[in-house]
Amino acid sequence: MGARGRLSAPAQCGRWPEGARGCTRCLQPAAVRVMEGSTGPGVRIREGDCAVLKRDEVFKAVPILKRRKVIFEKQWFYLDNAIGHIYGTTFEVTSGGSLQPKKEMEEPTTETKEAGTDNRNIVDDGKSQKLTHDDIKALKDKGIKGQEIVQQLIENSTTFRDKTEFAQDKYIKKKKKKYEAVITIVKPSTRILSTMYYAREPGKINHLRYDTLAQMLTLGNIRAGNKMIVMETCAGLVLGAVMERMGGYGSIIQMYPQGGPVRAATSSFGFPASFFNSLYEFPLSKVDSLLSGTFSIETLPSESEDNIPAEEESNGSLDEKPASIQETEEESTTEAAMESNQTEEQETMDLAAEDTENKESKEKGNKENIREKQRKQQERRKKLAEAAALLKEKNADGLIVAGRFHPTPLLLSLLEFVAPSRPFVVYCQYKEPLLECYTKLREKGGVINLKLSETWLRNYQVLPDRSHPKLTMSGGGGYLLSGITVAMDKGKSDAGSLEAEKTEEPTSKKRKLEELHS
Amino acid sequence: MSFVEYGDTIQEGDTAIVFLGHESMFPVKVQHGSKTQTKTQILYSTDISLITMMLELKPGSIVCESGTGSGSLSHAIIRTVAPTGHLYTVEFHQQRAEKAVEEFREHKVEHLVTVKNQDVCKNGFGVSNVADAVFLDIPSPWEAIGHAKSALKVEGGRFCSFSPCIEQVQRTCLALEEHGFTEINTLEILLRVYNVRTISLQIPDLGKAAEDNSNPGFDSSNQANQGVLCGSQQQGTIQFKSGVPLREMVGHTGYLTFATKSLL
Repeated sequence: MGARGRLSAPAQCGRWPEGARGCTRCLQPAAVRVMEGSTGPGVRIREGDCAVLKRDEVFKAVPILKRRKVIFEKQWFYLDNAIGHIYGTTFEVTSGGSLQPKKEMEEPTTETKEAGTDNRNIVDDGKSQKLTHDDIKALKDKGIKGQEIVQQLIENSTTFRDKTEFAQDKYIKKKKKKYEAVITIVKPSTRILSTMYYAREPGKINHLRYDTLAQMLTLGNIRAGNKMIVMETCAGLVLGAVMERMGGYGSIIQMYPQGGPVRAATSSFGFPASFFNSLYEFPLSKVDSLLSGTFSIETLPSESEDNIPAEEESNGSLDEKPASIQETEEESTTEAAMESNQTEEQETMDLAAEDTENKESKEKGNKENIREKQRKQQERRKKLAEAAALLKEKNADGLIVAGRFHPTPLLLSLLEFVAPSRPFVVYCQYKEPLLECYTKLREKGGVINLKLSETWLRNYQVLPDRSHPKLTMSGGGGYLLSGITVAMDKGKSDAGSLEAEKTEEPTSKKRKLEELHS
Repeated sequence: MSFVEYGDTIQEGDTAIVFLGHESMFPVKVQHGSKTQTKTQILYSTDISLITMMLELKPGSIVCESGTGSGSLSHAIIRTVAPTGHLYTVEFHQQRAEKAVEEFREHKVEHLVTVKNQDVCKNGFGVSNVADAVFLDIPSPWEAIGHAKSALKVEGGRFCSFSPCIEQVQRTCLALEEHGFTEINTLEILLRVYNVRTISLQIPDLGKAAEDNSNPGFDSSNQANQGVLCGSQQQGTIQFKSGVPLREMVGHTGYLTFATKSLL
């Protein structure tokens, strides 16, 4: 790694690593890229991969493990048959719980449908469907395909013929959604995981809506080669998003509160191990001492034990990391407690796994265990010292804050580690703390272009003659405060006092002048 | 510093940003003897952020874009896919295409982008089966869907079309469906900015009752009102901090339609 922990692995001319077309600096041609173990186009699903199950707009992150029952959208199945197929393949769940790739089927050509003109004569008495619950269940038990069931429902509906074409369309779509269960297996990405978390477990990510996250990544200019400081309590989702945009280049220091850095969501991204080489963590509780110069690595004896990053323990037990990926909707108010409980659970499970391995030579095993633990501890302390050194340089390229803590104290301290002329972004579920943050930053100086904003997101239904915004929209996705650091010499900079004038509500005279200028 | 890498000091030839105060920033070319030139920029930063994430762009991504226009999205894409990705951008207006080539060179990113001067609806992007993502910002995107599909990798990729009018969106969605795209989704994103202001509201004079307790309904000395009482009890003011929305905001830029090309 370079002096500032930047771009790694020099290529021919020592500049950029080889890219798709070769070294982008000296234009040396690239070696032919061979996809591991695949014939033909596309990345194949492999055992151990982090994948995402998708059905319509519903996602669920799962590890690809053999002989492991998975629940998704009220269906039970095994993922074994998926292994070897290309990502993006759609499967059907057969009776018995195995996945079969969906065959390209011809949509039953809708023979000139009889349709009505409006619904004035349609009475909704709940009796128009002649098939009973039991009838439908019988069909399902016989193994009749979903498409057939939908066809049966249409034929046995007395009012179908009278519905308008649009209503028929809507009816068919609704029944298909219920009875035709197809699942697509896709690769994880920020887009997919942030949408998934917002829909399933917004409480775990402080109700950070995915478009707000998108704004943070752009406002913070997150890109390859940066040295980023990230402080988040969003299950590691924000960290994962930052890592994805940095592509393994540069470095990240994750600041964490009591209980250790949570990286549950981060592991769902399926990053290669190399990405984690330039990921550091540093405890918030030591920030003060680091800033005042009194920090020393020796003052952390037992801390390294309970602050084991959650992602370390999760390698073998992803499926047991349920709280982040459960079917049941949990608006957890005790997130912190849950997260640290999981770390403990995983620790004990990992230890249990270790124990079974060492069954044979127990004593020898114990000794190895202790040595292994000590080695890991040494590694952690070494990394911690590296993190401290990186922070002390006070030249980070940016700061991202997204969590349950009040942002003001965080910003005021963590900005000290950021170089001048660099962006920072703070997310808060509520507006008021950001108002205070804004004010305190103004007083302190050293920042310009402060902006408090939120984004509105609206989904549309687009169909011929039936286009309109969708029925419901998210009421709120959180707020962002962003700005740029500037060099502070001789106390408060002039820019600081310039801005201070503008926080007072302009009198009508001032307003007139401003209008003249713009 | 170059566009794709931070630097510590201002260098000759750099484009620096000058900040004069609230809502007043502009780019300046650092050159001996050059006057400051103000350029108009069409920046839909809000849209760019969402596009970047929804197209799953990251270092190494290969992207096809048309039209290049002002190049604001092009630059954002280049910044994101660097150092190992590439942008193929197609612009049918010759001068704009030439200007784009010049700018990319000035910003030292020409190794990450290829500009083609042609009509994407007729001749496509000039590459096939290489792109992870395709972006269209053209008047008739439905005419380029086929080309978009062939530019995308065989195993699939992401697609986005930006159109100001709903009619364009309708045609585009239909074409996407006909070409077998999935996950077709249209949305719009708007930015709401708040100004942080200290506001003072006057306490109304409701007269004085016979007894001591003048305002039983409104305890102006109660700090729980989140305000700070100023002046005398009667004609005082309460101060508080507020995030005040702007008088006018951008209400519409364009509809964003996303889709996925997949194998099946």
